[in-house]
Amino acid sequence: MEIVLAILIGVLYTAGVYMLLRRSILKFIIGIIFLSNATNLLVFISSGIIAGQPAFVDGTTPSPNNLSDPLPQALVLTAIVIGFGIVVFTLALKFKFFETTGTDDLDQLQQTDN
Amino acid sequence: MQTLLLVYLVSAFLPFIFAGKLKKAIPFFLAFVHFGAFAYFFSKIERIGNGDILRETIPWVPQLGINFDLVLNGLSIAFALLITGTGVLVFLYAHAYMKSYKNLGVFYFYLFLFSAAMLGLVLSGNLIQLFVFWELTSYLSFLLISFFHEKESARNAAFQSLYLTGFGGLVMVAGIILLGSVVGSYSVSDWVVNAEILRAHQFYLPGLMLIFVGVFTKSAQFPFHFWLPGAMQAPTPVSSYLHSATMVKAGIFMLALLSPILGGTSAWTYTLTLTGAITMFMGAYFAITQTDIKAILAYTTISSLGVLVLLLGIDTALSVKAAMLFLFVHAFYKAALFMIAGFIDKKTGTRDWRNLGGLARSMPITFVFAVLASLSMAGLPPMLGFLGKELIYEAKVQSPVIAPYVLVLGVAGNALMIAVALFFLFKVFLGKAKNQVQIKVKTDWAYIIGPGILALLSLFFGLFPAFLGETIVEPALISILKRDYNVELKLWHGFNTVFFLSLFTVFLGFILFYVAYTRDSVLVKWRAFNQRIFSVRFVDVFNNLLKGFLSFSKRKTELVQHGYHRFYILTIFLVASIFLWYQVYVTIGWNLDNVFTLRPFYVSGLVLVIIISTIFSMVSKSRIATIITMGVAGYGIALLFMYYSAIDLAITQIIVETLILVMFVLILQRLPLFARLSSKTTRLRDLFIALSFGSAMTVLALKSINVNFNHPISDFMIENSYTKAYGQNVVNVILVDFRALDTLGEVTVLVVAALGVFVLLKTKKT
Repeated sequence: MEIVLAILIGVLYTAGVYMLLRRSILKFIIGIIFLSNATNLLVFISSGIIAGQPAFVDGTTPSPNNLSDPLPQALVLTAIVIGFGIVVFTLALKFKFFETTGTDDLDQLQQTDN
Repeated sequence: MQTLLLVYLVSAFLPFIFAGKLKKAIPFFLAFVHFGAFAYFFSKIERIGNGDILRETIPWVPQLGINFDLVLNGLSIAFALLITGTGVLVFLYAHAYMKSYKNLGVFYFYLFLFSAAMLGLVLSGNLIQLFVFWELTSYLSFLLISFFHEKESARNAAFQSLYLTGFGGLVMVAGIILLGSVVGSYSVSDWVVNAEILRAHQFYLPGLMLIFVGVFTKSAQFPFHFWLPGAMQAPTPVSSYLHSATMVKAGIFMLALLSPILGGTSAWTYTLTLTGAITMFMGAYFAITQTDIKAILAYTTISSLGVLVLLLGIDTALSVKAAMLFLFVHAFYKAALFMIAGFIDKKTGTRDWRNLGGLARSMPITFVFAVLASLSMAGLPPMLGFLGKELIYEAKVQSPVIAPYVLVLGVAGNALMIAVALFFLFKVFLGKAKNQVQIKVKTDWAYIIGPGILALLSLFFGLFPAFLGETIVEPALISILKRDYNVELKLWHGFNTVFFLSLFTVFLGFILFYVAYTRDSVLVKWRAFNQRIFSVRFVDVFNNLLKGFLSFSKRKTELVQHGYHRFYILTIFLVASIFLWYQVYVTIGWNLDNVFTLRPFYVSGLVLVIIISTIFSMVSKSRIATIITMGVAGYGIALLFMYYSAIDLAITQIIVETLILVMFVLILQRLPLFARLSSKTTRLRDLFIALSFGSAMTVLALKSINVNFNHPISDFMIENSYTKAYGQNVVNVILVDFRALDTLGEVTVLVVAALGVFVLLKTKKT
């Protein structure tokens, strides 16, 4: 299954990079979303994937050895939330940009002034 | 000595503290500090003469052989006396000269800080420390040349000197590091011990040449000489202090310091004698056709520096002795002449000798001093200059191998010097008084005292050279030669080759002077001739180089910083995927123990759904379809998290995905339709780059699965999650307990983002 997931990561990265290279800012933002999803998955599977063994402990019985690794999960959780913050902020920025300039074309965005 | 440098540093800031009436006392006070330092060094003369070496060390980076080392030996005390002694006179002179200008506090600050840096330079016992002071003098020279910064010419000249001396300093430090890596230390005394090894090492030649570049730029040697005439834009006290007596001698100091270590080889001798001889002749040659008296002095300074480099290049005991003596000769007469030139400038409002004449009548005392200084410059008896010149001739005659060409150039250069000196005297002070403005200057004495003392010293030491020779030149010589040497200076050497050479030189000089003086047209024609022959001016070459470099970097910047966002991204991903593939290629040897399987099928089906919706999202022309398929992919990933035991991730992913979708849908109607902005070839190119990056990431993901981390950190968290943090869900415990500060940071990021969004959406269109 790891190989299938690795291919999925590759597809997500491809989509992300391709969208980042578009001139439309909206597509650019969607590219960011794909890119962050791909990276989250990459970190997640890098510690090995185990089905149906979430990292829950109760302290009484000794914890089983084949628990899924909680640390990458915690990292990815943070990454998802931060990624969300970035996307929302970029969207608002894009909204303002379109309202001010009336264009969606990144090539029009060469100067910081005027 | 540390205390002394500290006093200098603190005193440099005094001009800013003194206010009101006290302001006038600044130059006197600083001159007094100089005098104190002079007295301090003077009191040490006897101990140094007995062969003592005073040394103070503060550890800096001892592991690298870099320390703050202050050394007072024969060589450094000679320079220190020169710096502090002329310092006293220059500050007294500056008091009169600078009176009418603004920003005096800054001026004195720069000038005094320069004195401190110069003193630090000559006291340095460590070459890295020496380099720091070396660069400091370059920067302060830049600031002082550009003191009249409202003049464009002053700014240009300042930049030119900064570029050249700064560049030279950097080249020099490369040489120092190169040779330092051989010894493993930057301490001069360590270098002296390892001199044999250094000279035999393969780094010797490159290191030596790099250091020479630094020396030649600083001491205005051909072909880097041209910054010095430009530096005459500085106020005259600066010219007489930095650009004749002290800073330009830093290169000479460096050569004297290194000659026992790196000297004595043919590379040393040939490079230095050739450069020095050319500079010596060229400086004198160009001096005679100048019309600005300060420019005349600048070119003769170049010539004298050439003489010093030449003498240190010959590298015999005799030539080093001549160099050390000439150092003082030159400092005495040149600083004096600069001060006189500044005085004339103040009095008459011009520095062009064509507008000057007959000043002897209105400035008789100045005239007497000018005669003394000029005679010393011409090398005529009974001045100290005569002694210096005799010694130089002696050294040249006895120099091995290279005697003929050095001698010919030397005689020609000296004859020119005599002509220049006499010409200066006769044109400016004698002859008919020109119709010129006579500006009343009240404090004549302050202008005259500096050059007066220096000119009288030239005379005094010419008549009684024993003191200078035995107490100052001799210890300096011993510390350069590293062996005992007895210096006896006499005015009269008897009838020998040197004497006849001198006689011939004087004869030649007088003829030259006579021709130039009696026929004005000769000089005019000569100047025109020079301009035709030497049509390539070094200043222009340098400026063109600079311009070329600037336009090159402008073109380069325009190429790289084009302003197209997607090309920046494209470059980043292209380079990243090239490196990734390279790394994959290098580590091709890994073995994959996972087998390709589609079981369980429902997971494979889920992955297929995600892939299809991702691709659809990529190519769809409809905004709403793109966003919905993107959502499908996101929810699919949430399900994957769910299946692979990451409940919290799944929950978060679902919430985030929903929120993003809502956001998109909310603002979608306010946004334009997708426009097909790129051509088909562009899209294919982008797809290619994206695919190469994506496939590299696939390989990376496969590789990362098989890297075994052994759960080193997580084990601790799983063990302690319940017992210590009282939480059953380990992921949650990590977030809110083990790594709680990270989560706090994350929350902060979200708050900032929310604030940003709020502000962006709330502000009205302007």
